[in-house]
Amino acid sequence: FSGNSCDATSAPQHYTSLITTLKTNSGIFSVLRNEDLKEMLESSKESLKLEAMKRIVGLIAKGKNASELFPAVVKNVASKNIELKKLVYVYLVRYAEEQQDLALLSISTFQRALKDPNQLIRASALRVLSSIRVPIIVPIMMLAIKEAATDLSPYVRKTSAHAIQKLYSLDPEQKEQLIEVIEKLLKDKSTLVAGSVVMAFEEVCPDRIDLIHKNYRKLCNLLVDVEEWGQVVIISMLTRYARTQFTSPWKENNEKAFYDSEEEKKDQVEAKPYVMDPDHRLLLRNTKPLLQSRNTAVVMSVAQLYWHLAPKHEVSVVTKSLVRLLRSHREVQYIVLQNIATMSIQRKGMFEPYMKSFYVRSTDATHIKTLKLEILTNLANEANISTILREFQTYVKSQDKAFAAATIQAIGRCATNISEVTDTCLNGLVLLLSNRDETVVAESVVVIKKLLQMQPTQHCEIIKHMAKLFDNITVSMARASILWLIGEYCERVPKIAPDVLRKMAKSFTAEEDIVKLQTVNLAAKLYLTNSKQTKLLTQYILNLGKYDQNYDIRDRTRFIRQLIVPNEKSGALSKYARRILLAPKPAPVLESAFKDRDRFQLGTLSHSLNIKATGYLELSDWPAVAPDQSVRNVEVIEPVKEWAPSVGKAKPPKQDDKFYSDSGEDDHEEEEGEEGSESSSSEDSSSSSSDSSSSEGLSFCVCIWVNIPTFGPVKSHELLHHMTGKGLSARYHFPRQPCLYQPNMVAVQVTLTNGSDHSLEEIHIGDRSPASLNLHCFNTIERLEPEASVTVSMGIDFSDSTQAANFQLCTKDDQFSVSIQPAVGELLMPSSMTEQDFCKEQGKLLGMNETSATITLAAENSSSQSLSKQVLSVANVGVVSSSENNIHRFAGRTVSSGALVLVTAESRESSTALLTINTDKSIMASMLLRDLKQALAQA
Amino acid sequence: MIHSLFLVNASGDIFLEKHWKSVVSRSVCDYFFEAQERATEPENVPPVIPTPHHYLISVLRHRIYFVAVIQSEVPPLFVIEFLHRVVDTFQDYFGVCTEAAIKDNVVVVYELLEEMLDNGFPLATESNILKELIKPPTILRTMVNTITGSTNVGEQLPTGQLSVVPWRRTGVKYTNNEAYFDVVEEIDAIIDKSGSTITAEIQGVIDACVKLTGMPDLTLSFMNPRLLDDVSFHPCVRFKRWEAERILSFIPPDGNFRLLSYHVSSQNLVAIPVYVKHNITFREGSSQGRFDLTLGPKQTMGKAVESVLVSSQLPRGVLNTNLNPSQGTYTFDPVTKLLTWDVGKINPQKLPSLKGSMSLQAGASKPDENPTINIQFKIQQMAISGLKVNRLDMYGEKYKPFKGIKYMTKAGKFQVRT
Repeated sequence: FSGNSCDATSAPQHYTSLITTLKTNSGIFSVLRNEDLKEMLESSKESLKLEAMKRIVGLIAKGKNASELFPAVVKNVASKNIELKKLVYVYLVRYAEEQQDLALLSISTFQRALKDPNQLIRASALRVLSSIRVPIIVPIMMLAIKEAATDLSPYVRKTSAHAIQKLYSLDPEQKEQLIEVIEKLLKDKSTLVAGSVVMAFEEVCPDRIDLIHKNYRKLCNLLVDVEEWGQVVIISMLTRYARTQFTSPWKENNEKAFYDSEEEKKDQVEAKPYVMDPDHRLLLRNTKPLLQSRNTAVVMSVAQLYWHLAPKHEVSVVTKSLVRLLRSHREVQYIVLQNIATMSIQRKGMFEPYMKSFYVRSTDATHIKTLKLEILTNLANEANISTILREFQTYVKSQDKAFAAATIQAIGRCATNISEVTDTCLNGLVLLLSNRDETVVAESVVVIKKLLQMQPTQHCEIIKHMAKLFDNITVSMARASILWLIGEYCERVPKIAPDVLRKMAKSFTAEEDIVKLQTVNLAAKLYLTNSKQTKLLTQYILNLGKYDQNYDIRDRTRFIRQLIVPNEKSGALSKYARRILLAPKPAPVLESAFKDRDRFQLGTLSHSLNIKATGYLELSDWPAVAPDQSVRNVEVIEPVKEWAPSVGKAKPPKQDDKFYSDSGEDDHEEEEGEEGSESSSSEDSSSSSSDSSSSEGLSFCVCIWVNIPTFGPVKSHELLHHMTGKGLSARYHFPRQPCLYQPNMVAVQVTLTNGSDHSLEEIHIGDRSPASLNLHCFNTIERLEPEASVTVSMGIDFSDSTQAANFQLCTKDDQFSVSIQPAVGELLMPSSMTEQDFCKEQGKLLGMNETSATITLAAENSSSQSLSKQVLSVANVGVVSSSENNIHRFAGRTVSSGALVLVTAESRESSTALLTINTDKSIMASMLLRDLKQALAQA
Repeated sequence: MIHSLFLVNASGDIFLEKHWKSVVSRSVCDYFFEAQERATEPENVPPVIPTPHHYLISVLRHRIYFVAVIQSEVPPLFVIEFLHRVVDTFQDYFGVCTEAAIKDNVVVVYELLEEMLDNGFPLATESNILKELIKPPTILRTMVNTITGSTNVGEQLPTGQLSVVPWRRTGVKYTNNEAYFDVVEEIDAIIDKSGSTITAEIQGVIDACVKLTGMPDLTLSFMNPRLLDDVSFHPCVRFKRWEAERILSFIPPDGNFRLLSYHVSSQNLVAIPVYVKHNITFREGSSQGRFDLTLGPKQTMGKAVESVLVSSQLPRGVLNTNLNPSQGTYTFDPVTKLLTWDVGKINPQKLPSLKGSMSLQAGASKPDENPTINIQFKIQQMAISGLKVNRLDMYGEKYKPFKGIKYMTKAGKFQVRT
């Protein structure tokens, strides 16, 4: 604190006064402002700079131009003060596009920060660098993105996914390179990255669906843990994906065939019943819990996923959640109601139980009211129509007249859709004709017109009633409707019609265009049916129309005159005038305004606006035949793969292709390594390279390994039964590879399978006995989904004894004691030597170190090939090429102590053989002899 | 996704703009102003407006329009939800979200917006993370900052974003460890003329204020979890546990948050705690109307109905009113025709009433609809659905926290048609 006060006194006096001026009359300083700010930015005092930057940001926020200050601001880009730096970033991103040359000055700062050991600083540097829209730095950005995509910190990788989109919009030509980065990032197993990279995918290459295949299951499984905004993006991408990869679950004919004749039934069976792809099911199952999200966008996107992908009978699970969203803000209601409106046209049943949730409140905004009305109309059926109509009666009286008018339309639609209530509705509407409000009356007239057109015969009374009302109605649309009705049914009201025409002739010039047109129509129709009374009137009206200001009316008049008044020029057409004008017209269909919205994917902007928005991606139709399912298979790592790379490349085995369930484990490592990212990675590579160089014996073994004929399936043994393991089952086998962890350990591979219906967490190894047992555990498995399995490798030092290794396999909640008992043959590893060496070594191991027995061979094992195969299956030893046909030699070493074990099998006549084992581990020799005897004797 | 954001006040001035991609001219808002003019009420502006090159998605909160500019297809709810999250954050930071508060804190606002979106895609929206990045302004801190020249941007970079529990900040310490839960239920109902319920449902939330040291792991169980028909959770709640055992198990965020919201649907019977007797008539031909309103409690399980407020939008023809409340005060705005009556507490022995006459425009015909009456009320110490918290346990930390649970019932959209 004292340091600061010192600064304040030493600072030039006029700055302090400057600040006070700025603070006191903030409105007046506009002329001097930029100069002052520049001066403040160039001062040596941090607080002054900060004050200046704050004011500049204020200017930007108001939309004022502050680009003049660019050179002064950019100097502070490397400031130590975090807030100052951040504000400079804000400024830089805003104006870099306008001041490209000057912006380049700041680039080196960011390049330096990209190498910072702190992941958050690396990320923020990349964020700003990629936000500077200066085309010259595209190559620098590309490089930075590529580097960040392989960063150890998932947060930096997330930032690089964001940067991909920015670079793409700056320079679309980088697309190919960017797709490569996206491909790499899609494989990322961190939940932090998933949402952002899918967003980049959608923006850059939404058509490259092939990139998704291998990541599909992983994305489905990660979905619940991804942050909410990412969930929305991933779900909508997966919806599109699923529509191209799976067959339709909507088989309409299935049930029908059930009741049909025997033969058809057979056909159906041959047509193969629909079976849902397990991956399709996986998507539906994993998205369902998200209906409980607090984020309305997530709920909506799951709802649309079910709507577009789920079997029809499953869609209704989304209803409840959608209805819940109606409690949210007005804007949310608006979008959700729009989507429900579209859904309710096709599937009334889904929302019918919730009908009351769509009742209108007087406080709702008008567009919400109209949407609710729409939905109520869609839901109307014979059973509930009386309730709905009663509700509508309240709405008609609403003070919001636009809403009342919409209600009348809705009543009209109910009347046409449900024939039982047509008469009731019509009567109700006629009553409304005496309403005081004009819009209500007008709307009723229009709707009545449409209803009458459907069944005109019984309703001349209503037409008469409307003709009487005609004088009082001023809304042009309503007047035009009445005129049309009278003209159309003029033969049913022969007395009234000419009288109406007479009145219209009087007021013709004062009418609206639409009314004039209908008057001309009425005149023409009457001329044809009742020319005696109306001839003169018609001619009068036609004359008025001929000189009207509106050319539409003039044209119509000319046309009508030629058509109905025969003269020498009119030709053949006038003969058909009656048939043209008085043709029976089909009744209009009153249907929902949301009828055609289902062409758009639900929940999209396009659906909301009912126009195709820029960048809208069509949802494809289901394929008739499902594309290859196996493209989504991700293989579990083969045992050989685990160590092969350590010989070939100087890189630790990358777990990319591994099964998704160990994702957690992977992240965990990375998070731990975040601080010293560089050092740890170099350590990794050095340790692995030393592995390959130092252990020449190891690579040596590889050669032998290759020589040995591979034999059938490796015997696997049960470690834990799923009944005792509460769903977790484990099997193990000996891959017969040198152990990666320590040379004196035996490699064991354990396959863990989750047979329960919930996922198991934190599978790891607990206590072991004997306590001295030297054991290399596998990394904790954070999570194992139901039905999933994972193979892990561990190393055990058995100290050349067949004593079992006991340890505990633990999950988060349980512990199971298990033991691995090795066969003696597994405690060996092959050793390669020449026949001379073999004989020489054998010579050293005589007497007490030699064990031998004559055994009877089973018939199948009498050939030399099968004999050696049997020996190799029992013991992990190497074949020594032999010059004699009847003698087979095998050499191996014990894993822990490296003692030689030499096996000789000399086959004799009448299918017997002499087995000799030379080793200084005599107990092992006798056990091995017993095992070999057993294997060779049995078939 | 989100290209730019404009903040527009009630009088139609743009008072803040922020761009995440290239700059969009503020003239794009002209389309919004057009729509605003066409709408009779501020609420009637459509939330989604298409323009030739952009789409405008807006939300209205606290009489400020938040207008987001979109260039291509995006789920509209995504944008709407985000904008509401922005408003919630502002409210959290500044206490109120008004034009003045935003203008006063324009730098913090800018810093927040910068962190919340990257290239138009949401980055950090969790309040706990944001508060680590940017400290909320308090009077004390502003004073200290001006004197010492220090900043309100966090010195340490947040680690919560990278952890397994991104919603909770790390290194939380309190001397008094306390956890409060408020169970608040709102009744939405429409009552018809004759007093029978047309529709009624209960919307409930559990809001929490948790101030606990370290990384506590809480479980909350209910006596009657079956009541909850449809629930939505804060991301911290372990969904599997709820599915299996109907227990809420979670590591809470620090501070205030909404743990869960639920819905008790209209299929269940909902108790309506108040009734209204009304007699509102307009006579044809005369310029007088009668207004008579009485409120009374029912089904309140012995709890008092408090903070009662009645409001009603009277027909346009009403010029003025001359009413006499038995308790509380009433106001009538002759311009907006809004009648409000602040009743206070209902005394079951002496029911509150509002009686008197309305004067109508001379010569005008009688209004064809009676006004709807909106009622607000509060009942303390009771959740109308009967939901009860059984117990709250804490694991993972050694200390004993102070725990508290409060129940309240409120009127939501409670309307009586007359």
